[in-house]
Amino acid sequence: MNQPVYTDNDPQNELVTLNLGPTHPATHGVFQNVIQLDGERIVSGVSTIGYIHRAFEKIAEHRPFYQITPLTDRLNYCSSPINNMGWHMTVEKLLNIKMPKRVDYLRVIIMELARISDHIICNTIIAQDTGATTTFLYLFQFREHIYEIYEEICGARLTTNIGRIGGFERDFNEIAFAKINKFLKEFPVALREFESLLNRNRIFIDRTAKVAAVSAEQALDYGWTGPLLRSAGVDYDVRVSDPYSSYEDFDFEVPVGTSGDIYDRYLVRNEEMWQSVRLIEQALEKLKHEPAGIFHADVPEFYLPAKEEVYNNMEALIYHFKIVMGEIDAPKAEVYHSVEGGNGELGFYLINDGGRTPYRLHFRRPSFINYQMFAPMSKGMLLSDAIINMSSMNIIAGELDA
Amino acid sequence: MAEVTNQELIQQLTEKFGEKIVGINEPYGLLTFETTKDVIINVLAFLKQNTLASFNFLTDITAVHYPEKKHGIAVVYHLHSMVNKIRIRVKVFIDEHHPEIPTATTLWNAANWMERETYDLFGVKFEGHPDLRRILNMDELGVHPMLKQYPLEDPNRVDKKDEYFGR
Repeated sequence: MNQPVYTDNDPQNELVTLNLGPTHPATHGVFQNVIQLDGERIVSGVSTIGYIHRAFEKIAEHRPFYQITPLTDRLNYCSSPINNMGWHMTVEKLLNIKMPKRVDYLRVIIMELARISDHIICNTIIAQDTGATTTFLYLFQFREHIYEIYEEICGARLTTNIGRIGGFERDFNEIAFAKINKFLKEFPVALREFESLLNRNRIFIDRTAKVAAVSAEQALDYGWTGPLLRSAGVDYDVRVSDPYSSYEDFDFEVPVGTSGDIYDRYLVRNEEMWQSVRLIEQALEKLKHEPAGIFHADVPEFYLPAKEEVYNNMEALIYHFKIVMGEIDAPKAEVYHSVEGGNGELGFYLINDGGRTPYRLHFRRPSFINYQMFAPMSKGMLLSDAIINMSSMNIIAGELDA
Repeated sequence: MAEVTNQELIQQLTEKFGEKIVGINEPYGLLTFETTKDVIINVLAFLKQNTLASFNFLTDITAVHYPEKKHGIAVVYHLHSMVNKIRIRVKVFIDEHHPEIPTATTLWNAANWMERETYDLFGVKFEGHPDLRRILNMDELGVHPMLKQYPLEDPNRVDKKDEYFGR
């Protein structure tokens, strides 16, 4: 058994036990790694997780579909909208609802903004952990701008609960579009500056290139997905291989790395931000050709009606009651749906038995599956390299523990 | 890359494993079948290496508890062939009083934590697993909380019964 050894009382022992975490400023989250050190080199490590396990899968068995959206917020809380949309699309797949194109494009805008905010966090944190605080400060304010856009659309910033099953709760207003356009104008400038400070920076390259390199075979064997897998040279992206939300209408590239080291991961994430900007621009362009004002599918029996409707309209009141009580007429079936989250393939495995709540809901959480390689791959690594390796894996504690 | 249909895969699997492959179904286009625990590793290895679409990627392992069934725990594997863009779901129903099944860590290292999570939440013992410990819950918990007999709310409270909360 691979139990962590927390203390060693043997003064003759040459190795030092270092208890890194659960709360440590360098790990950016609730992670514990008990590491045996020989000087600065890691001899062995054991990861302990579960410090913020909230039993979401159990709770989800006791909630109607629409109440599960706030649970998904708290998985990867750096890109909550992707989780929300992924869950909505899972239920829509179960119910066989097809979205109008305009809703798909609005969703693409939100999901790509979320991806940018996720990658901003990861890449600026890599820079921060290698000592480049300036770049962190330059780019990080754009996460704030993205949160302002969310705020305009759904009223919330971090745990967004954005959208509904069947569409959005309200249409994007003028201010939201103005803010998106402003973001599209300002963000590329800042991102270019960010890249010019780091991409060919000797110190940064020395710290990151050839560190924690992972081959494609290893990455696939350990179940890696997302930017981590792509940095190892595998061009797997759920948006392309299994398109959802009309991603097949868009023209974008999937950047891949070659060596799977930290520098490649950084470059892949940067390029994905550029591609996300492209996707948002295309989506805005496509929206001009769609009929205005459509922000949800015409499925009154599944789409939670607006409150004014509920108070003034008999049908809306009935549907509202049935949805809130979980009495919707959903097929007894099981469905797996996955979306490309900030860290990789975010999957939802939903089994419905016709009850008011899911019979079983399982989240395939990319952070959880990506992180299991951390301890084995740290062996023989310098402690300082292991820290930036962890930053570059972008492990989000909420997604790790569910 | 040539398209591989579910029919071709099923034909290939039944040729190889005969009546061990049962309950073939295609919910939402995702090929699903059941098999037994004595051949599960052979089935997974066959899917990984030999079939028309090589299912090189282990997407997920989880379990589902059906208390009313004779074999009450279903261990569910999701595999993915990235080259052929096709997914497959394999289920194994095992006795909930003796929930034992061979480990898939021999085929994919990714199975390690997925199986630990399944053990933690459902008590499924993966035989041959290198490090089968609890992963999310504390070691002293004593129960496997995702089994249906454990209520969500504190059972000693009279005001918060599960039946008021959907189930």
